[in-house]
Amino acid sequence: MLDALKTRLGDAALSEFRGQSRAIVPRDDLASTMQWLKDDQGFDLLVDVTCVDYLSYRDAEHRFGLVYLLANTATNERLTIRVYLDEPDLAVPSMCDLWCGANWLEREVFDMFGIEFRGHPNLKRILMPEAFVAHPLRKDYPLQGRGERHNFPVLTREQA
Amino acid sequence: MAIEVPENVVVTKLDELASWCRKNSLWPMPFATACCGIELMATGASKHDLARFGAEVFRFSPRQCDLMIVAGRVVMKMLPVLQRIWQQMHEPKWCISMGACASTGGVFDTYAVVQGIDRFIPVDMYIPGCPPRPEQLIQAIIDLQDKIQREGTIRGAEFELASRQAPKRALVELPTYGRSAAMIGPGR
Ligand code: SF4
Repeated sequence: MLDALKTRLGDAALSEFRGQSRAIVPRDDLASTMQWLKDDQGFDLLVDVTCVDYLSYRDAEHRFGLVYLLANTATNERLTIRVYLDEPDLAVPSMCDLWCGANWLEREVFDMFGIEFRGHPNLKRILMPEAFVAHPLRKDYPLQGRGERHNFPVLTREQA
Repeated sequence: MAIEVPENVVVTKLDELASWCRKNSLWPMPFATACCGIELMATGASKHDLARFGAEVFRFSPRQCDLMIVAGRVVMKMLPVLQRIWQQMHEPKWCISMGACASTGGVFDTYAVVQGIDRFIPVDMYIPGCPPRPEQLIQAIIDLQDKIQREGTIRGAEFELASRQAPKRALVELPTYGRSAAMIGPGR
């Protein structure tokens, strides 16, 4: 599997840490690579989709790192796929057609980081209220929010 | 002129009679959103036996309750639900804010967690602790019973009085809590 990946993506894209294989995939190749990994390499399980915001991270060249964790349930291989994204273009193809489980995972990443998954059947917020405007796990969003948590009507004794 | 009262007659005020009836038959609404709810359940269970204080009948329908026990943190998505349930409860009604989270947000000083339910609904009793022991909850219920006995009136005038008082609650935002709600616009 690793050799096949090496010929496909090139040496530089591959790395290993404590027995875990990682690969960096350019955004434009993502859809075809994932299709290939699922159909030809047997990665039948999408374990997680998550994202890292590298804002003010030392030596970081890109703003966001979108992370896919894949597993091959027949051979027990695991693979981490990483896609770097920069503002303002934060769109990637959705993986919902390949792995149905991507649906809610991608909605969460969209909610928390504002990554747009093209072709997702139902891309709306999953955790925050729908009227929420920000993407709270971005590093430039204040930890305590921008006052949204105080923005409710106050019920007093006589109203209730 | 002295009136002779037979031994088996008790003289009281109607207000006190009403309060006495109310305080010994509190029906809690368990609004348990987090870990404090476990202690709330323990309080209702046989070991701590809330029945000794007449408050053991937990009802999950707000229409049947008169004591809301908010046990746990309340997030932005839950607060409208909390307010709706509070409004659905009939007067007279009281509210206990159980635990650090319900009272102040606790350690969850984040964008999604409401920093104290008393900002948005009236609260009668606060219980400190993370989580409070069942004994503390029982103490709060006893204190609330005291309060009901002291202040209660048959026509619910104590609530009218409370509404005329200036709001004591800390509604003013602290400057460290980010910029004001005005930035977000109307609604939530
Ligand atoms: S006060 Fe402590 S026990 Fe209660 S809800 Fe908060 S974290 Fe959980």
